[in-house]
Order: sequence, then structure tokens, then C-alpha cells
Amino acid sequence: MAKAATPKAAKGAAAPSADDAADFALRSLQQALEKQKRFKADGDDLLHFYEQMLLIRRFEEKAGQLYGLGLIGGFCHLYIGQEAVAVGLQSALTEGLDSVITGYRDHGHMLAYGIDPKVIMAELTGRAAGISKGKGGSMHMFSTEHKFYGGHGIVGAQVSLGGGLALAHQYNDDGGLCLAYFGDGAANQGQVYETMNMASLWKLPIVFVVENNQYAMGTAVKRSSAETEFYRRGTAFRIPGMEVNGMDVLEVRQAAEIAFAHVRGGNGPVLMECNTYRYRGHSMSDPAKYRTREEVQEQRDHHDPIERVKKDLTEAGVNEDKLKEIDRAIRATVAEAADFAEQSPEPQASELYTDVLVEEY
Amino acid sequence: MAIELKMPALSPTMEEGTLAKWLVKEGDSVESGTVLAEIETDKATMEFESIDEGTVGKILVEEGTEGVKVGTVIAILAGEGEDVSAAAAPADTVEDVAGEGKDVGREPSEAEITQQADKPEAKPRAADPDIPAGTNMVKLTVREALRDGMAEEMRRDERVFVMGEEVAEYQGAYKVTQGLLEEFGPKRVIDTPITEYGFAGIGTGAAMGGLRPIVEFMTFNFAMQAIDHIINSAAKTNYMSGGQMRCPVVFRGPNGAASRVGAQHSQNYGPWYASVPGLIVIAPYDAQDAKGLMKAAIRSEDPVVFLENELIYGQSFEVAQLDDHVLPIGKARTMREGSDVTIVSYSIGVGVALQAAEELAGQGIEAEVIDLRTLRPLDKEAVLASLAKTNRVVVAEEGWPTCSIASEIVAICMGEGFDHLDAPVIRVCNEDVPLPYAANLEKLALIDKDAVVKACRKVCYAD
Repeated sequence: MAKAATPKAAKGAAAPSADDAADFALRSLQQALEKQKRFKADGDDLLHFYEQMLLIRRFEEKAGQLYGLGLIGGFCHLYIGQEAVAVGLQSALTEGLDSVITGYRDHGHMLAYGIDPKVIMAELTGRAAGISKGKGGSMHMFSTEHKFYGGHGIVGAQVSLGGGLALAHQYNDDGGLCLAYFGDGAANQGQVYETMNMASLWKLPIVFVVENNQYAMGTAVKRSSAETEFYRRGTAFRIPGMEVNGMDVLEVRQAAEIAFAHVRGGNGPVLMECNTYRYRGHSMSDPAKYRTREEVQEQRDHHDPIERVKKDLTEAGVNEDKLKEIDRAIRATVAEAADFAEQSPEPQASELYTDVLVEEY
Repeated sequence: MAIELKMPALSPTMEEGTLAKWLVKEGDSVESGTVLAEIETDKATMEFESIDEGTVGKILVEEGTEGVKVGTVIAILAGEGEDVSAAAAPADTVEDVAGEGKDVGREPSEAEITQQADKPEAKPRAADPDIPAGTNMVKLTVREALRDGMAEEMRRDERVFVMGEEVAEYQGAYKVTQGLLEEFGPKRVIDTPITEYGFAGIGTGAAMGGLRPIVEFMTFNFAMQAIDHIINSAAKTNYMSGGQMRCPVVFRGPNGAASRVGAQHSQNYGPWYASVPGLIVIAPYDAQDAKGLMKAAIRSEDPVVFLENELIYGQSFEVAQLDDHVLPIGKARTMREGSDVTIVSYSIGVGVALQAAEELAGQGIEAEVIDLRTLRPLDKEAVLASLAKTNRVVVAEEGWPTCSIASEIVAICMGEGFDHLDAPVIRVCNEDVPLPYAANLEKLALIDKDAVVKACRKVCYAD
């Protein structure tokens, strides 16, 4: 179950010391977020967030259908329920400058960039027109044009790779940062902490984002993690933590503003935990017997990120017809992507041997 | 009772050193911990401390003497009331130093034979098409050649940087990165914590982000902690992305058995990495190749695993004085021409093969020695061409036999050179056991000249 943000108990009234100042630095970003939790979005922003999140939702639902029809094979991890995280964070990036890297649950992050759903869906169906020419699949999609570096299937590996992308930003002094997403499962991998240590030591411009969707495959956070408050886990490396409601796109966006400003100021990394919930199984083959139907329904009914922004839009005076029109357009876009993905040809047999090496020797 | 002070071994592979400076003189009294002298190797200068107390009776090796063999008596420490002024000057023979890293009383191991008897190194590479005739040659150790190769590329391309454990301030655990920090600064020569998985990932990610990292592993044994990034992240991403993602990273460091460091620190990973599509795997033997192929590795758009060998670091070879001499990846080299049998090898095995060839020549068998230099892509044309000429092949590989590069050569010869074979191809590899520590067992486990000679005689039906 997604946690509500719990403000820390106030400290005693002892005189401030150097240690207190250091501790304050670790808490300062969270305190800034507590002051103002939600991003002040204008009408256009809200509509844009709504559109993007809805596109991800409908795209993933369609992917689930295509999987059921046997058009998508292998592993397919859906992002349904977690849409606010990718949309809230990536909307705050400087496009063409900042880099993003994530694990295997990557469709949403691609779509949040505005990458054509057709080439993403065609990759899922393993077609030549797919963004990886059909050679990567669901877990291995990249867009160097958008500085999106994948799409990695080994749990936690993207965190060290993200550290390298951040090193490149620092080395080139380009002012960019890297956003490295990983899950609550990956958060227990050793290399994540190796990377946090080096990132903090070298003050790398990186935001570590734990997408805590409460389950690492079938294992609930409390069954796998001695410290379930992941945002605290940077403390050992002097990395400030933030605990964010990942079911609210405006809170995620606000947290991104604070974290990015800190990182761009040359202050080193930030560890942000976004509490969220995946409605579907870990992958398409997961029957999700480790949680109750009621638990999932409770999230859908009371915490759904799309419903939440819809409410914000209604309050901002956007009428129902406008939202319906958006919904129709998105359904059409997704249907078109699915048709394209189904009808476009498989890769040529000769593609088997291309892209193994860049050069000829 | 007088105590003999012997030239100490400062590392497991040290053979000899320079007695740079005496810090005591005859007649001085010393106690345990007194620094007696400074000893210099090609890697470092170290202080030599007294373990015992007494009076420096006689100094037998003058300061400034080079090439003092480990175990040589360099001074005599007299006990109370003793006169040792008549002690003899050091004999040339080296005594056993029991308990020292270097057990000089035993038969030298194969690796050491390679070091001591690397006579082929001095021969000009007459047949090397990569070096124009009349080129001036200089002597360089493999260690220096690797460093020079990296430094030249760092001067040429701002994106190239080195990262790894002890590469900067310590000047490299094996001194391969010596002087780089001074020239290029801490931004481009980065000391990492001891976290192979993490920093291999950071290096790989930096390559994806457009830089040209050289990731040093203190040895490739430790790279097993990082092998996921080498294989899953670096080697496969270009393919998985349909050619979008580049990963021009070089993973380098010493590979294979060193000397008396036990099973966990003694392994040849050549066959492991050479089995992975998407990687380039280079394993040079001499200094020229170390430098020229290091430059090629750094310039390659593909991820490269560059396997060095600790036992060859200190060996000197002739290196052509050429501006920007980059060697081709994927091309083997004929180290010695012969007509009777082909010995295929790479890395330290080439030295063994060359010694075997010398001995065979004395027995009337002319062996051709092929240095593969690159393990992936493998230059099978060179192997097959030599097979067509000699009709017999022996593979000499310092590594395990099972699923080895030797196995691969056997398969290539049988599959594509069957009609030229006059005898089965024989693999001469290490014994199929974890490498033992005991000096005698270690020697028994590693390949040596005699085994290669025996195999060559067998395929020539000479016995």
C-alpha cells in the first residue's frame, strides 16, 4: 500500500551544532517540499500531464491485450498505476541536455518523452520499425536523440550506468543531470550503494529515483527490506533524501524542481523515493496472488494518479467534454500504434548479424 | 653470530633490483626497524629495514649497483664482539630465501623462465609489415609501452580518461598508470573506491554518455565482480538498441597467473570474454603490440577487454619510434617463421612458444610461431594459412584447457583446415586445476617450454 508522507518528529531544542547542520542538509530538501507540496501548474501544464499519463495508461492496456493475443512475447512489464512518476519528473527536465536511464519497466518513460507510440509498440511486437529494430524488445528501448539511455534488464545495473552518465555531464561541464530510476527491489542491490558512494564522493549530478511500487516481483517491501523508508538510505553517503507521493503528479513535479535545483547547484546527488503502486502483475505472466484484490481496488478507487489530475482539471474549470475529446484522441493514437505494430514486417534475416560491432576489423 | 643481509624481494614477481642507496655505513650499530638501504625496482623505490640488531660489519654490494638478484648477500651484520671485515664479496649464485615471496632455491617457474630468457625480444621484427624498414627502435618495458599508449591517446582526445583503484595518486598498483596524474590531473585520472561492480558500471555509463573511459581493474580476477557490466551492459547494448547506443570503453588490467598468488588471483579470462559477441578482446605479448593495440583499443567505437599480464610488465622489448603507431585489431602476427609445425599462442604463452621453437630448431624442427594478439575477432585466416604451410598445429595457452582459446583453434583447424592436417592438433594448456600456491605445484600446473617441445615433436612424429 502506498504510504502517506510522514513528516519527521521535530528535534529537541538543543543548541545547533555542526552535526545538526549536516543533518539539516540531509533533510533540507524534504523540508522545502513540506513547505509547498504541489507544483503550481497552469491549465496547459495540467492538460499536458493528463494527456501524457492517459497515453501511458491506454498504451499499456493495449500492450496487455496484444500480449494476450500472442503478438508480444517474452517479458512485458506494464507501468499502469505509476504514470505520475515518469510524467512528473521528466516534465521538469531540460530536454536535449539531461539524461534518463531506467530498468525494464520502461514504456512509460519513453512515452513521457513524447516518442512516437508506434515505434515503441512496434518494438514490443518485435518488428523492423521498432525503435530498436525489433532486436531489443520491451525491456531494451533507447532514444539517444532524447538522451534516454534505456531500458536495462539486470536489476540495479542502470543505477551504476546512470552514475556514468552523470560523470559525463560533470566531465563535459554541460550543466546537465542524470535521472536514474530503479525499483524497491533494485534498491537492495549492492551496486546501487557502490554508486551512491561514488556519486556523493565526486558530487555527481544525479537524482536517484526509487519507484517504490511496494512489490519486488512478488515480495512485499517489508518482507525484503530492513529499512523500508528508502529515502533514508542515502544518509550513510550524505545524500539528502526526499519522500514523495508518487501518485500525485504535481507533488512529483514539485519534488523534481527542488531536487534538480539542488543537483544543478553542484551539491551532488539526491535520493528521491516516489511511493506508487502498480496495478498489474510484475510482468504479464504474474498472477499477483501475493496481494488482495481489495488492496489493488483501494488504490484504484482512492489514489489513482489520473483521476487525481482529472479532479484538478475540473477544479480549474476544464469541462468534461474537453477531457472526453482528449480520451478519444488518445484511444485513436493507441489503436493506430497497435495496428502499425501488428502490420509492420518483422526484421530481415540479415539484421541478425548487424549492430553486433560498430566497426569492421 | 654474524647475520647475512640479503637482497629482499619487494613483490612476488621481483627478480632483481638496484641497490640505490645505503643509509648506514660499516661500523654503524642498528636495531630492529632501522632503515638500512633504499632498493629500487622498475615499479618503485622501497626502504629496506633491519629485522635484527647488531653492527654493520661489512657492506658487500656498493650503492648504485644495478641488477642485484633477490637473495644476494648485500651486507653482513655482526653480533657483539664479532669481526666480519674479512667476509667474502657476494657470489654470483643466489641462495634460497625461505619464507620470502621469491623462493629462489627452487627451479624457476615457467613464467620466470620467460622473463629471464626472453631472448627473442631483442630480435628485430624483420617480417613485421606494420613497421617500415630503417625505423629507429627503442627499448621499452611493456609497462611503459602501455602507459605511453594511453598517454598519447589522452593527449589526442580530451574524452579519454582513466579510472580504477590506485590509478592516480598511488601511480597504479602495478605502476602502469605512472605519471598520468601529473600530466593529466585528477579529472582525467580518477581513483575509485574498491567497488568493481559500481565503477565498471560508471565507466560503461560514461562511455554511453559520449566519453572514452579506460577502466583499469587491478587484476581481471576482480573484474568477475563487474562482469555483468562488461557483458550485459557494454557488449550487448549496441545490438539491443538496433545500433543506436555506442559504448567505446576499454576494460584493462593484468590477466592470467602471476607468481605464487594462489588460485583466486590466478586465472586467464581470455576464453570467457572471447566467447561474447559484441566485445573486442585483445591480449598482447610484447611492448610494441601493447602500445599499438592499446591505442587501437582506445580509438575503437566498440567495447574492448584488454588483457595484460603481470609477468610481462617488466620485460623490455624493442619498440619502433613512430608517431602515432596504431596497430590493427583482429590481426595475428608471425613471430617466427618455420616450415615443420605451427605453434599458435597469445600473451605470455608467446614467450614460451618462442623458447620451444628455439629448442626445436636445435633438434632440426623448424616451428612457426603465431601470436594471435586479438582473441576476438580471431584471425583464423592467419592460423589456417600457417596450417596449410606446416600441416601441423600445437596451441600453447597459459590457461585451462576446457573451453579454451586452444579448443577454438582446434575446432577451426578441424572444420576449415582438415585437408591440410597431417596430425591431430594438440593443446598445451595449464593443468585443469585451481592454481596451487606451493612453488613446485604451481610450476607443475603451468605450461612450459618442455611441454610445447614435446607436443611439437609428437605432431611431427619425431619420437
